[in-house]
Amino acid sequence: MSSSAAIGAIDHHHDPSTSTGIPNKKLLMWAFLASDCMFFGCLISTHLIYRLHPPPDVPLAKNVFSIELTSFSTFILLMSSLMMALAVNAIQKGNLKSMRWSILTTILFGLIFLGCQVYEFRNFVFEKHMTISNSILGSTFFTLTGTHGIHVLIGVIWLTSMLIYSFTGRLSEKNAIDVESMGLYWHFVDIVWIVIFTAVYLLEYL
Amino acid sequence: MEALVHKSDFLTKEEPAVAKPLVLWRPTAKTGVVGWLTTVDHKRIGFLYGISALLFLIVGGLEALFIRIQLAVPNNTFLSAQQYNEMFTMHATTMIFLVVMPLGNAFFNFIMPLQVGARDVAFPRLNAFAYWTFLVGALILNLGWFMKDGAPNAGWFGYAPLTTKAFSPTHAIDMWIMGLQLLGVSSIAGSLNFIVTIINMRAPGMTMMRLPVFTWMTLITSFLIILSFPAITIALIEVMMDRLFETNFFEVSHGGMPILWQHLFWIFGHPEVYILILPAMGIISEILPTFARKPLFGYPIVVFSGASIGFLGFGVWSHHMFTTGLGAVATAAFSLMTMAIAVPTGVKIFNWIGTLWGGHLTMKTPMMFALGFVWMFMLGGFSGIMHSAAPADAQQHGSYFVVAHFHYVLIGGSLFAILAGIQYWIPLITGRMASDFWGKVSFWVIFGGFNITFFPMHFLGLNGMPRRTFTYDGNMGWNQGNFVSTVGACILGVGLAIYLAVILYAYFKGPRAGRDPWDARTQEWSLPTPPPEYNYRVIPTIHARDSWWYAKQHAAEIAKETSEHGKAEEAHGGIHMPFQSIYPFFACVGMFIAALGVAVVDADPGPSLIGKKLAVTLIGAVIMLTGFYLWALEGADGYHLHLEDEPEGKTGAKH
Repeated sequence: MSSSAAIGAIDHHHDPSTSTGIPNKKLLMWAFLASDCMFFGCLISTHLIYRLHPPPDVPLAKNVFSIELTSFSTFILLMSSLMMALAVNAIQKGNLKSMRWSILTTILFGLIFLGCQVYEFRNFVFEKHMTISNSILGSTFFTLTGTHGIHVLIGVIWLTSMLIYSFTGRLSEKNAIDVESMGLYWHFVDIVWIVIFTAVYLLEYL
Repeated sequence: MEALVHKSDFLTKEEPAVAKPLVLWRPTAKTGVVGWLTTVDHKRIGFLYGISALLFLIVGGLEALFIRIQLAVPNNTFLSAQQYNEMFTMHATTMIFLVVMPLGNAFFNFIMPLQVGARDVAFPRLNAFAYWTFLVGALILNLGWFMKDGAPNAGWFGYAPLTTKAFSPTHAIDMWIMGLQLLGVSSIAGSLNFIVTIINMRAPGMTMMRLPVFTWMTLITSFLIILSFPAITIALIEVMMDRLFETNFFEVSHGGMPILWQHLFWIFGHPEVYILILPAMGIISEILPTFARKPLFGYPIVVFSGASIGFLGFGVWSHHMFTTGLGAVATAAFSLMTMAIAVPTGVKIFNWIGTLWGGHLTMKTPMMFALGFVWMFMLGGFSGIMHSAAPADAQQHGSYFVVAHFHYVLIGGSLFAILAGIQYWIPLITGRMASDFWGKVSFWVIFGGFNITFFPMHFLGLNGMPRRTFTYDGNMGWNQGNFVSTVGACILGVGLAIYLAVILYAYFKGPRAGRDPWDARTQEWSLPTPPPEYNYRVIPTIHARDSWWYAKQHAAEIAKETSEHGKAEEAHGGIHMPFQSIYPFFACVGMFIAALGVAVVDADPGPSLIGKKLAVTLIGAVIMLTGFYLWALEGADGYHLHLEDEPEGKTGAKH
């Protein structure tokens, strides 16, 4: 922490100034993700509990969902994780140019995912007539997937800032740990989506 | 307050270092209002937590007195039923979230970094953010007193559907939801910081099994906070969505289930109990060895017991819900788990007794409170075990017996330990000693008043007196118990007033404390009182569990080692200090405005595109996000102090 003087090659996997050798930012992110795990855990549990006790007026989820579209957006989000991993790898090697392309692709994939979600929400509300307030399924579905969508949106804004600052010189190889921490967040948001995709969508088609 | 602002004891007198020329404003004032608003010093933030929490202790204490006055005689009309509901709701919420938790935070902030041998926490600005968010949450929670909607009145547990729009249409509940939500954000932000600090910023030689027990309990409490608060966050989001956007989470006519609120709330609520008591156990584990002149008995077992309490604490929440009809298997399982959690707690009690056994007890004020803690906490623990048996609990549920139980663990436990901790660390925090005589007087008045207040409640409860009922008939046989209890509450109030007066007098007029006035064992006592801004002139090297005790026994070799390490540190650039920052405060101003928009402003009746409510919320949100963004942008830079020519603990020169 105290002596951040860059002498020689930067070791991206070990920070000698901390007791454990793990950089502080990485440890912070892991602890935050543990907390966020419980956050999504409670939301997903709410959805699953209410799914087991459907009131008579709840619409049949299969009639509302469009599994083809969601499978496509899930695939896109997974691929964005691949690009994020490549971005982290690039900056650790000091390859700023390659990092920019990877981050740009990650942002685009994230935006495609969000676009699909906006389309899906509009479709559910206006065509399938499932709103946030007219059934318990609508309440849990929109709250859960909406919260996830906000996480993706925060990630996109974060990545966009990084992309811009990589041009102004604020973000350089020294900031590899910042990109890596951001990567942890991004992968976590993806993994949560895999759980949501399984528990909310795929479960209805069993 | 003005006097406090100018009389900042944690400061050294050096000129602030000049910030690097940046586009963004770097505040450098170390005194005055700007100094406090922009501080990132863990000691000053801890001090702010402490002052705020003690102010709220007075507020919560007055609420308790109003409750007791109302119950002093049967059919009393001192408070209306509505006012009584507000009193017990706000008394509980205040005491838990605005007094005991922030007082714990005050110690985490002030003491823990000193104990691990660090110069600050890992993320100083995040630490400031946690404090300002706490203050915003506390203000939002208490706004109702000054508004026509009144203060929150649905109980600190806020059981849905009582909190839904149908049953609580006013903004009082909105303020309760928003206030708790922000307090949760604050707690999580603070705890993440403590976790990283304890794991990553220990001085050389400070292995995990050499950490002072208080630091261990800080770590375990922080983990409990980051893992349990998300549950109440989600519960509050769900009820807020119900209120603002007409979702159906707790709307029974659309399939919502009120029991879900209870589960989510108590999955948070039970670990919360240990969030309140584990720091207390840590404080006691520091005080008893110091005043018994012995090392802590069975250190690894005390640490392990704390960790087991943390784990088991997540598996007992349904014992708050035995009467909801969970089914025989679930009830039996939670009953057994609850009994099991008494084991590590009992182990700790025996370790404290083992520490005292054969020690040379020095009966100073902190020791009196610590011994009071062990005794009173045990009484609270015994009635706790009685609740763990589901059939017995079914009789005690919702009665004054429960009230007696948790006040024994929260006052006799948490608060006694905190009062002990304040008395113990006040020489380090303020550099002044508190009067031992008046401290002991306050202890005996508090101890007496506390028992006179709460012991009769056991009998009232077993005789059937229900909680949360604003009055009772004269023929129920509860008159005497209630009157005694009210008299006791007044004595307790007087005791706390004496205690606060002693502390205030010590802060302004107390005799100067030298270094290490208790002849203590842990590293924080190696510092001058009060500690300089940079804490350690040279980062200490730890050789033993009771590291300062070891250093006192090996003074010559430690002095040699310190001087060598000091030269090495100087060669590496001197003492690194973080720059101050206004942005955590800035973001919290936006947060306050946004919270007002969500909780206080009326929804617009018409279908206009952007009404007043949305506008206020958005303006606040934009200010907040701008604050976050500038905070990220200004970066975590700092400056260096060089002290080689100065006498220790006096001044620092700028870089």
